[in-house]
Amino acid sequence: MATAISLSHLGSVMRGVRSVDQVGVEERAAGLAKRSIKKASKLWALDLAIRCIDLTTLEGADTPGKVTALCAKGVRPQPGDPSIPSVGAICVYPSLVATAVAHLRGSGVKVASVATAFPSGQSFTSIKVAETREALAAGADELDMVIDRGAFLSGDYQKVYDEIGSVKEACGSAHLKVILETGELGTYDNVRRASILAMAAGADFIKTSTGKITPAATLPVSLVMMECIRDFSRETGKQIGFKPAGGIRTSKQAIAYLVVLYETLGPDWMTPERFRLGASSLLNDILMQIEKERSGAYQSADYFSVD
Amino acid sequence: MAIAKRPSTEMGQRLFEYAAAPEATDHLKIADSYALFVGGRFVEPHSRRRFATVNPATEETLSEVAEADETDVDRAVTAAADAFRSWSRLSGAKRARYIFRLSRLMQERARELAVLETMDGGKPIKESRDVDVPLAAAHFFYYAGWADKLEWAFPNRRPRPLGVAAQVIPWNFPLLMLAWKIAPALAAGNTVVLKPAETTPLSALAFADICQQADLPPGVVNIVTGAGSTGAAVVGHPGVGKVAFTGSTEVGKQIQRATAGSGKHLTLELGGKAANIVFEDAPLDQAIEGIVNGIYFNQGHVCCAGSRLLVQESIVEPLLAKLKSRLGTLRVGDPLDKNTDVGAINSRAQLEKIEGLVNSGIEEGAEIYQPECRLPERGYWFRPTIFTNVAQSYRIAREEIFGPVLSVLTFRTPDEAVEKANNTPYGLSAGVWTDKGSRILWLVERMRAGVVWANTFNRFDPTSPFGGYKESGFGREGGLHGLAAYVELS
Amino acid sequence: MDVRKTYKLYAAGEFVRSESGRTYKPDGQNNVPRSSRKDLRDMVKAARGAFPGWSRRTAMNRGQVLYRVAEMLDGRRAEFRDLLGGGRAAGRQVDAAVETWVWYAGWTDKLHQFAGTVNPVAGPYFNFTLPEPTGVVGVVAPEEPALLGLVRRLAAALCGGNTVVALASERAPLAALTLGEVLATSDFPPGVVNVLSGKREELLPWLASHMDVNAIDAAGCTADQLGQVQEAAAGNLKRVVPPGPGAEALSPHAGLDLMEFKTVWHPIGV
Repeated sequence: MATAISLSHLGSVMRGVRSVDQVGVEERAAGLAKRSIKKASKLWALDLAIRCIDLTTLEGADTPGKVTALCAKGVRPQPGDPSIPSVGAICVYPSLVATAVAHLRGSGVKVASVATAFPSGQSFTSIKVAETREALAAGADELDMVIDRGAFLSGDYQKVYDEIGSVKEACGSAHLKVILETGELGTYDNVRRASILAMAAGADFIKTSTGKITPAATLPVSLVMMECIRDFSRETGKQIGFKPAGGIRTSKQAIAYLVVLYETLGPDWMTPERFRLGASSLLNDILMQIEKERSGAYQSADYFSVD
Repeated sequence: MAIAKRPSTEMGQRLFEYAAAPEATDHLKIADSYALFVGGRFVEPHSRRRFATVNPATEETLSEVAEADETDVDRAVTAAADAFRSWSRLSGAKRARYIFRLSRLMQERARELAVLETMDGGKPIKESRDVDVPLAAAHFFYYAGWADKLEWAFPNRRPRPLGVAAQVIPWNFPLLMLAWKIAPALAAGNTVVLKPAETTPLSALAFADICQQADLPPGVVNIVTGAGSTGAAVVGHPGVGKVAFTGSTEVGKQIQRATAGSGKHLTLELGGKAANIVFEDAPLDQAIEGIVNGIYFNQGHVCCAGSRLLVQESIVEPLLAKLKSRLGTLRVGDPLDKNTDVGAINSRAQLEKIEGLVNSGIEEGAEIYQPECRLPERGYWFRPTIFTNVAQSYRIAREEIFGPVLSVLTFRTPDEAVEKANNTPYGLSAGVWTDKGSRILWLVERMRAGVVWANTFNRFDPTSPFGGYKESGFGREGGLHGLAAYVELS
Repeated sequence: MDVRKTYKLYAAGEFVRSESGRTYKPDGQNNVPRSSRKDLRDMVKAARGAFPGWSRRTAMNRGQVLYRVAEMLDGRRAEFRDLLGGGRAAGRQVDAAVETWVWYAGWTDKLHQFAGTVNPVAGPYFNFTLPEPTGVVGVVAPEEPALLGLVRRLAAALCGGNTVVALASERAPLAALTLGEVLATSDFPPGVVNVLSGKREELLPWLASHMDVNAIDAAGCTADQLGQVQEAAAGNLKRVVPPGPGAEALSPHAGLDLMEFKTVWHPIGV
């Protein structure tokens, strides 16, 4: 695959990417979603889910105050219960990176910033690269970029590839997550093409969605992306991470993603280094589920802090 | 800030072993012994004999079941013949009401039936829950709708029922095969004497209870349990007008001989050795799922199983790598566990048959692959198995193994694929995986098989006719064509 | 002085004597080949060889060929009437035989629409069922009527795309053997249809047990013969169509009874 991309005819390479059968992939995902995860394995999965969360706020109305509160929640999701781990990262807009960095120092929780004219990606490459540099200068550990779907859908794969490459270069050692915005790609075939393109261009993670359009992450889309990661790993030896984002609100969903992850990519990916869940409201549902498992009683939202 | 110490990821990773998730069985009552269901009542067998039915996952006896002898069979046929007089004259609309009722009762008691099916037969609960029982109920629902539309189904042909239908079914899909047999028979106005397989009689006996609950007129459905000799008595009874059998080709041939010259209508759904053909342009990850579903579904106890994988040589390496790693994720074990993918082999005899054929494959020179998996200590188990370097002449490429054993062969061109696929006395099903529409239709045209799955495998539906070419039998089950098997037409 | 005809078998597109060299005189006058099991074997081989080509012809083309038989038969009406003993009844039989070919010529491209179905399965699949020829069919022609009995069964079997080995009426085989001449001039590829004459008792067991025959139309079998045929047919699970009360009728089901149904599943997705 890596050699294929170096061909000058990127378009024909992309159009030759193996297809995906919609019905088959959706049935497989639905089958995996029926796995019944109980007791110790459920508690373990919920713990891992928390550690993998990119706790996210991406609103026009975001303020330092909001981000400060989110950081506190991310570091100590359940005050008074040290057995509940911190989340993987706090994900914010570039202008709020500094605030997040200030509140997360020493906590082990990473700061992730979206960039590259998020969420549409409809701007100039130079501006996207500049935005990336600014976000990293402000202290971001990880960068979530969007691909240029306009270019992708018009068949200008070269532009998408080059742009990811430029941003990757600007990232240096910072982790680059490439958002495909699968909800705009229309087919699983395109998801597969975009996944391969992004990985070949230098993505450390591939990510489903911005969370700004529907559908965001779905289980079958995630399965397709994970299969691409698996193929890529087999062919290049590189282990690319995966991040579903958007619409993941319940523990049940989170566990379903972990099951698909486990049965597609295996235990090596069951770590925040290679798996993240982009979510804003998932955390409390997980906390309630953990408490339910421990206490045996179903829980009320009134007992869990909202930030 | 104090951050709790986390276990290292490596340690944590190994913890994601799914905890046991067994389906509860407390809502299910299995009696210590069962009688025969004849004339609407459970009656003690004339034979006074009973045999044990065993849970193949534990080797524990679940119940003692009556063994019907010729006298018992005669009583059942007589009851069915008596009931035929009124049942065949009942308006189609009324017959439909009864059959709809049976379907609804099966849905209402779905959980009980699924658990029973899994305990008696060894199949994973997720299959009996999501496939066998819903499809069985759907089958009754579909044919109920035909009962009052026979004149529309067969215009200008004066459809008439055939009388008493003798039906003998196998152990791989006990309730579903019962539905395939009984639903169209009743819809067309026939009455039924059904013999379930001796290793899986319990769901049929539960269905007998459902018949009572539905107030089905006595004698319309009769269930006689027993082994081969009971089946032979059912099929050979002179009072029978129709014989329907699903099972091995060997027994199918015996039945065709036994019914020769008798005037009995006959349909047979027999063995298979289906080719599942994967072209280099196939959607590969879905093809892997199709291959897995094709041969490991129901432990490979499937007559239409995709037991011969024909792979285009250009992709054989990546395909096998993917397939082998996928096999490692199959969960083999307790059939009642909701996460089990491959359950128990149905019986000791079947396990021995599988082992024998697998040994022959090794002796003939094929290369065997089995994933690491822990098997329970008690019960009948067999690891999902792949044979590579298989020649067309090996027994494992020609004989029906009826177990979780896949033989992988390769081809270079479409013509070679067709030639190899059709090079078998069987002709039940075939699979084709390719992204090219015209190639699918080209292959569909050339497959000498009754069901062709393109970019999918092992799908079933009440509306969809199913049945074989060549030695896989004759007649169709499902759909309008399945109804035709139960009527006399002008 | 007239030139007499030697009656021959119609095998693989050629006219041949029985390989056994034997004949019999069913009408006391004409020597008719008394075919052997080897003649039968050769014909089955020819029919098997012709099957892929004939079954994959377009339905339209098969209709044209069947119609051509009607044309050829119509042109030899008088000869067949005489062969059948002359008189009005014989004439009516020939007329009906011509009509049979015309009728089935019109069925070749309608069987799929008549007996095929699109099945509304509960899932994202396109699912359809269509009739397909079963393969090599052995036709046991009724003893009577000598021409029409054979033609009714033959036309039905051929119309769906099967290839055929037909046993002529034992008592009155002349019309059947002469029909071979009609078939030979009707654009059938060699081997699609083969006609043999001889003793039923000799030939039936070999036909019924032949492992490369897929189905038998037993229209001309006695009750005893039917039982024997059904029993021997179990060797490879041949489909055996018993003689029915409607065997004389024109019916698409006479063709469909010798056909398989193939169901095809395909996902619907983007």
